[in-house]
Amino acid sequence: MDTLEYRAIQTRRQFFRYCGGGLDVAALAFLIGQGSGKAAATNESPLAPKGSHFAPTAKNVIFLLMAGAPSQIDLYDPKPALQRWHGHPLPESMTKDLELAFVKPSAKVLASPRVFRRHGESGTEFSDYIPHIASRADDICLVRSMHTEAFNHHPGQSMLMSGSVQLGRPTVGSWVSYGLGSEAHDLPAFVVLSSGRGASGGSSNWSSGFLDSTYQGVVFRSAGDPILYLKSPPGVSNHTQRARLDAIRKLNQERFAATGDNEIASRIQSYELAFRMQSAAPELLDFSNESQATLDMYGVGQEPTHPYATNCLLARRMVEKGVRFVMLAHASWDDHQEIDRKLGKNCQITDQPAGALLKDLKQRGLLDSTLVVWGGEFGRTPMGQLERVDEAAGRDHHAKCFSIWLAGGGVQGGQVIGKTDELGLGIDEDPVHIHDLQATILHALGLDHERLTYRHMGRDFRLTDVGGVVVPGVLS
Amino acid sequence: MPGSETKARLADWSIHTSQHGRSLASERHSEYHILRPILPVSQVGVQGAALPQLPESMRSRKSIVIGLVWAVASLVVQTGTGQERAQPAEHAGRIDFSERIAPIFEQKCQVCHGAALQSGGLRLDNAESALKGGYSGPVIVPGDSGASRLIRLISGTVEDLVMPPSGDRLSQAEVRLLETWVDQGADWPRDATHASKAKQDTNHWAFRPVTKGDPPPVRRESWVRNSIDRFVLARLEEEGIEPSPRAGLETLVRRVSLDLTGLPPSRRAVEAFIKDPSAAAYERLVDDLLESPHYGERWAMHWLDLARYADSDGYEKDSERPYAWRWRQWVVDALNRDMPFDRFTVDQIAGDVIPRSTLDQRVATGFHRNGLKNREGGVKIEQFRFEETVDRANTIGTVWLGLTIGCAQCHDHKYDPISQEDYYRLFAFMNAVDEVEIAAPMPGEMGPYLKSLPAYLERRRELLHANRVYELQPAWEEKMVLAADSPGRWTDWDHALDAVQKYLDNGEGIVRKPRSERSEREQIKLEDHFIKNYHRVITKEFWKELDWVSLRKELIELRAQTPDISYARAVSEARPARQTHIHLRGGWNQRGIPVEPGTPAVLPSLRLDGRHPRLALAEWLVSRENPLTARVAVNRIWQEYFGLAIVPTADDFGTRSAGPSHPALLDWLAAEFMDNGWSLKRLHKTIVMSATYQQSSASRPDLQERDPNNTLLARQRRIRMPAEMIRDAALSASGLLNTAVGGRSVRPPQPEGVTGLAYAGSVAWHASEGRDRYRRGLYTFLQRTVLYPQLANFDMPDRTASECARERSNTPLQALNLLNDAVFVEAARALALRALDAGNGDTETGLREAFQLCLARKPAPSELQHLQDYLGQQKALFDADPESAAQFMPIEIAGLDKVKAAAWTGVASVLLNLDEFITRE
Repeated sequence: MDTLEYRAIQTRRQFFRYCGGGLDVAALAFLIGQGSGKAAATNESPLAPKGSHFAPTAKNVIFLLMAGAPSQIDLYDPKPALQRWHGHPLPESMTKDLELAFVKPSAKVLASPRVFRRHGESGTEFSDYIPHIASRADDICLVRSMHTEAFNHHPGQSMLMSGSVQLGRPTVGSWVSYGLGSEAHDLPAFVVLSSGRGASGGSSNWSSGFLDSTYQGVVFRSAGDPILYLKSPPGVSNHTQRARLDAIRKLNQERFAATGDNEIASRIQSYELAFRMQSAAPELLDFSNESQATLDMYGVGQEPTHPYATNCLLARRMVEKGVRFVMLAHASWDDHQEIDRKLGKNCQITDQPAGALLKDLKQRGLLDSTLVVWGGEFGRTPMGQLERVDEAAGRDHHAKCFSIWLAGGGVQGGQVIGKTDELGLGIDEDPVHIHDLQATILHALGLDHERLTYRHMGRDFRLTDVGGVVVPGVLS
Repeated sequence: MPGSETKARLADWSIHTSQHGRSLASERHSEYHILRPILPVSQVGVQGAALPQLPESMRSRKSIVIGLVWAVASLVVQTGTGQERAQPAEHAGRIDFSERIAPIFEQKCQVCHGAALQSGGLRLDNAESALKGGYSGPVIVPGDSGASRLIRLISGTVEDLVMPPSGDRLSQAEVRLLETWVDQGADWPRDATHASKAKQDTNHWAFRPVTKGDPPPVRRESWVRNSIDRFVLARLEEEGIEPSPRAGLETLVRRVSLDLTGLPPSRRAVEAFIKDPSAAAYERLVDDLLESPHYGERWAMHWLDLARYADSDGYEKDSERPYAWRWRQWVVDALNRDMPFDRFTVDQIAGDVIPRSTLDQRVATGFHRNGLKNREGGVKIEQFRFEETVDRANTIGTVWLGLTIGCAQCHDHKYDPISQEDYYRLFAFMNAVDEVEIAAPMPGEMGPYLKSLPAYLERRRELLHANRVYELQPAWEEKMVLAADSPGRWTDWDHALDAVQKYLDNGEGIVRKPRSERSEREQIKLEDHFIKNYHRVITKEFWKELDWVSLRKELIELRAQTPDISYARAVSEARPARQTHIHLRGGWNQRGIPVEPGTPAVLPSLRLDGRHPRLALAEWLVSRENPLTARVAVNRIWQEYFGLAIVPTADDFGTRSAGPSHPALLDWLAAEFMDNGWSLKRLHKTIVMSATYQQSSASRPDLQERDPNNTLLARQRRIRMPAEMIRDAALSASGLLNTAVGGRSVRPPQPEGVTGLAYAGSVAWHASEGRDRYRRGLYTFLQRTVLYPQLANFDMPDRTASECARERSNTPLQALNLLNDAVFVEAARALALRALDAGNGDTETGLREAFQLCLARKPAPSELQHLQDYLGQQKALFDADPESAAQFMPIEIAGLDKVKAAAWTGVASVLLNLDEFITRE
């Protein structure tokens, strides 16, 4: 679709949206002219639900972005062979092609101190740092053969979220809202929750890039207003605010009658949605109707899980309200030093809530239609980053192989996709590129990643850039 | 080994065959022909010639056979004569090119490597091109199939890339045939005439010269105010569409004020214009606006988007750029002085290499410094330097050429005639720059600075001396220089040097300079960096003992007490010079053949004529022959006035662009622009003086179906104002606006926690104080990873790359922003007080005043009625709840009736939230 056509459609949409809004009849007649009959039947906004390319297996996505790159070697991809090399450098022939950020290829191997066990009927191996996630083994499709091009954080996160190391492209949540619209009546289509110390990618992780800001991720804040500027000014009650909106609407309608500009009708609708958000968003945060068992399962009100648990529970509540895409960022997993301790801490914060999220979604029957993705921008090296390979050691960035997992939304659980080599340096079987993951996410939502495009700078852009294959076997 | 010398000679030949002609090549072929009877064809091809390339392991396995072959071959090399030439080719199994090889190239290769397309710069339909090779260098080494990349790629054994990448691969027999043909000397008859890579698509409208046609005749002469109108009206008359009437006077004065200065009109300007709406009065109004210092601010907004300006680096660290504003200052000044666009261009692209360049010209090169900078720990300096250079080249492509040349970073452009070679020729200009920081004092800064400098330096020296910095620093510098000379040897020191490179412009250059040659500033910056990054030479224990934390604090305090000058981020000629190569598949470390600076082949060629290459490029961009620059510039400016450009894809004038809606008008504007000495002010004036511009923006039911996009310009368009302008309008209506022009960026207050979303709390937002809180949006500190929310909500680009057209979204977050953001609430309170003051007890007068301040027009009776109703309702509400009233209107003024003031604040807020308020009508 080219820019012109896109703009034309936007205008028509806004026009139709107005017509369904039940406004002044005289103005309506002025605007519609001859084609009124057809127009009045439609009520479409840029975020109105749109049809998918084919039958979806998922309606919503919860993307657990583990910013900073968690260590697959200590969580998901056991490498017992590293024990033999522990404290020794690997032969040059094995490491000569590695692109490393901080360490030299001759750095000493750091075997994982973690213990891996098989879980569930499927018997997938997980480390002892993530017992809660492991308990959902049969819901999880673990991909151990992820790879990417970027091995620095911001470009890496940009790749993961937007399919390009170049900044300025729309992120997956924006593409999904653009492609499918929203089913939330009083909440945004794409919501972002954040905990920890802030991801390297900052707001570029939920940017709408060259799509208009309608499709931008809306940040739900952990302190202050849940959405920026959500709260009415001091001294303005709900009643006063409503009166203010009514006055604005009346004057906007006057101007609409004078100019016939559909944009004003859109503006009126935006104000109405804003007003509904003012009450709906705080309601989301009101957990009083959640059972104590549920709160405990997530770890709400407990240390150190509370912030992340709150976000996971919010994610479920948003999905229930029809929010299309929830992105839940936690930072940072960038453990160049003291990896064992720091990883342990992050797992203590996130494992229980993430496991609870899967369990809760399942028991409410939401997991079938909600795709959950857990992953970071790249992985970490089998080699340690300090001269010493003790508790002070950490791991460097590693783009050649890492692990992520998917669950729900049509994902075939209880399986492992791909295999890395015995030292965790590269991939032996079934490599999965970030673009493949993205193609698969879109596919679950009923979107063909090659057909979901937007014309910009003379080119049809897509999330998967010029690559991407739906990973065979992930979706049932 | 006998092979190496032979191979070297062969490689040499392969480049020069075209000059040496056939005899030399034939001679070489003959040496192998003798082998034919000894070994079967296939074995000779694979084994004999592959030897120099074979890895050790393979050699050992095949050593017997190969040894034999080489023994024979070397014998042949030594003894070979010309006699075999007489031998008929077929007797020696000689392969006939036309019969057996040409069809393979034709069927399997030429789709991508033929006349139409030369992927990777390779063309396989004539001998000269084929033997020259592609961007990675020669692919055919006559006589040596093992050294020929072509053979490796088609056999798919050595590299991970197989050719052809899609469709049927070559059969084994075909591969062997090609191997043998290469080994036989790659004899390729040259009788067919072959043009060199043709200039394609010169006929595309945007590549044709700008031609200034006469404005067409029209029937309705009376409507025409200037030549623009003839082009527009002629088209409308052709379509049988009437133009719209002139906009109402109030609308017009607000429109032209917003468009030319970004600010609503003053009350006086509106009144004067309504009293005298003559053409002359309108022209006076336009002239006044063009002379306003706010004109430069408004059009700097436009340029800053194109220049991807920001006050921080972007990426993870997103560090502050404390002097980015100095370049913005230059832009505002240059626009206000109406610097001609050709000079505006040359100064920014090449100001530093203009002979006897001025400080201003060097500051202008800050244009190249506006891109992102990645200072993330693990980033490779050279990789990122490459990426920055790519960004600089792409930006020039977008801003001046209107071409998406960036597509050719990795491969020849898919749609436009821009080859990868063209791309790297353009890239080469920007590959020759280094980043520098220069002293760029503003008027009045130098005196106090020089006066205080000696005492400052003295005190600084004392501090550094007392803290043993002078003692310890030399070892640190020495080790970094050693590391720089042998990279990879001392990793820790590589990292230390990386840090210097990342944090100081031209850091390595500074470290390498003897102290006596460093500027005072360079020395100070290096010392400060050392004190902060001590740990590479000093143990933690010793560092604690040294107490450099206190030292840093003292130095910062000392700096703060001493008057300083401003600095600027600029570029300078790279030292040492860098050779540019084509980067295969766009990879920073995948170098292909070398290229020299040059302009795309499809455009007029560039002659250096003794000029510095970058200066020559800049002057070429604004030369009369260049068909793009003027068209691209006027098109974008047109877009700001009409919400839709003549070429709707303002960022793409390539073959896939939509094409101009009014081609003759576009060319007329471009030519007129150049004829007027590239004066931007004259261009703006021409546009706003036209009847086309002055039309009403009301929707026309008769055009809903026929021209929904208003492509034909039968009316003006209501345009939601850009983010900065919305802020400015609110501050202006409320009287809070600080109208100072230029200067540093400021941080207006924003809610707590906004910057918490940036990486690891790396961004601090200390709200500015006093009048700095009320500066125009243009001066808001642009923190890339966490944009100021109001700007982001209203589609301010995040400035990661050049942006030619802002989106104009319409979202609930915008509503929340205008309703509830403390900045807009404060504006509402101030506006309420203004209105109360003006009304002086009379409600209607007050309401009219507030309405006028916001919308620059008188309210209709029904509008006034709505406001009165609302005011009454608010008064009743707050009467019942005075506590809320005091919260909504917390300002303490003697004698102020809080309830009344709160109700008026409500009214003011309603006005600031109207669609009309944020729209240029």
